[in-house]
Amino acid sequence: MSTQQGAPLIAARDLTKTYGRTGAALRGACVELAAGEILAVTGASGSGKSTLLHCLAGIVTPDEGAVVYGQRRLDQLSEADRTLLRRTDFGVVFQFGQLIPELTALDNAALPLLLAGTSRGQARERADAWLERFGVRGQAELRPGEMSGGQAQRVALARALVTEPKAVFADEPTGALDSLAGEQVMTALVHTAREAGTAVLLVTHDAQTAAYADREVELRDGTVLEVAEAPDLAETAQPTEAPQVTEAGHEG
Amino acid sequence: MSTRHVLLGLLATGPSHGYDLKRRHDARFPQARPLAYGQVYTTLQRLVRDGLAEVEGTDADGGPERTRYRATDEGARELADWLGRIAPPAPFVTNEIFAKVVVAILTATAGAPADPAAYLRDQRAAHKARMRELTAVKANPDADLATVLSADYALHHLDADLRWMTTTAGRLPALTQEIQHP
Ligand SMILES: Nc1ncnc2c1ncn2[C@@H]1O[C@H](COP(=O)(O)OP(=O)(O)OP(=O)(O)O)[C@@H](O)[C@H]1O
Ligand SMILES: [Mg+2]
Repeated sequence: MSTQQGAPLIAARDLTKTYGRTGAALRGACVELAAGEILAVTGASGSGKSTLLHCLAGIVTPDEGAVVYGQRRLDQLSEADRTLLRRTDFGVVFQFGQLIPELTALDNAALPLLLAGTSRGQARERADAWLERFGVRGQAELRPGEMSGGQAQRVALARALVTEPKAVFADEPTGALDSLAGEQVMTALVHTAREAGTAVLLVTHDAQTAAYADREVELRDGTVLEVAEAPDLAETAQPTEAPQVTEAGHEG
Repeated sequence: MSTRHVLLGLLATGPSHGYDLKRRHDARFPQARPLAYGQVYTTLQRLVRDGLAEVEGTDADGGPERTRYRATDEGARELADWLGRIAPPAPFVTNEIFAKVVVAILTATAGAPADPAAYLRDQRAAHKARMRELTAVKANPDADLATVLSADYALHHLDADLRWMTTTAGRLPALTQEIQHP
């Protein structure tokens, strides 16, 4: 609510990050995420996608540059303040859901609310509604070990969205899934994020997953390349017409 | 694509008029180019000539007279045979993108104003934009199965093109080197 019209929800400017001896992971990366926007970040392995996501989500602080969230400099907040902010304003999902193995799906999804001080009864009630939206209410009493990868990812998404955050950071959320399970996870994520007005930063190396986003940026060697708007696509194909798929061999 | 077999398949679900077949084809393949009625008509003539379909009768219902066709037993066998026959997995690469990249590299090294890297960048952007459009069509909760299937098909093919373009963009320096100094 604090963002004015046009101002980005989160902006990263000239981020650099170097880990020990491995060389620079980010070299002057700039990116903006608008409120309610679904932005895909693609790029080769090692190009810095996860590092960029971690910086934007306040999990890692960049060596140089700024991460601006609303009026605040995320990169200058204390560890404790960042943790608090992450709890209330952000949700995260990784390739392997990272659910707590001892807890049921429902308790996993309710956890962020409990940490934020919501009563147990209320937390479970709200978590239940989010499991329902992600189509995994039937798994509410199962533990992560008893669920398929796709179900576990949807529980992880419910957990990421349960606090109704301003932004969700998803790092390869479909990376461990086959294409149908990946499609279910992405459809659920995109629909619920749009409904709730939540912005999503989606890191993926898969073009079909990236295609769920409104926009895409590509990382190369730690810098962000804006993916050019498609040149006069309207002239090359009508929106409802697929490119003609020609038969492999020759006639007759 | 074998329009002949697709029409034979539609006929196999029940006798039909040419116009009906066109309509049913366009509904089943919503992302494909709509069939021209002329093409339906000539295809039906050929199916009849080859004994795969036959005229069942004519209907008028007040309007112009329309010929009703049905599949023959031989047509049913031909259809089953076609459905079970694998398509040759791309024995020839005849893609326009591939041709452009090869020609662009060849001519660019000869000094012509061609920029394969820029072309690849723009073509990739166009592919990605198209993939976003198709994904939006597919992710619409009201999308019917025919729409989802055809969007999937197009998406997987565009994705394959995209991977090839990404790999090729990475190989451009080596390719150019090889053409300049064979
Ligand atoms: N915790 C870390 N310690 C040391 N080096 C790291 C660490 N995290 C990332 N790196 C290095 O930073 C660079 C960028 O890594 P990053 O994980 O951001 O890439 P990525 O684009 O997410 O790759 P992938 O697609 O393989 O997940 C790599 O060279 C990597 O080795
Ligand atoms: Mg990564």
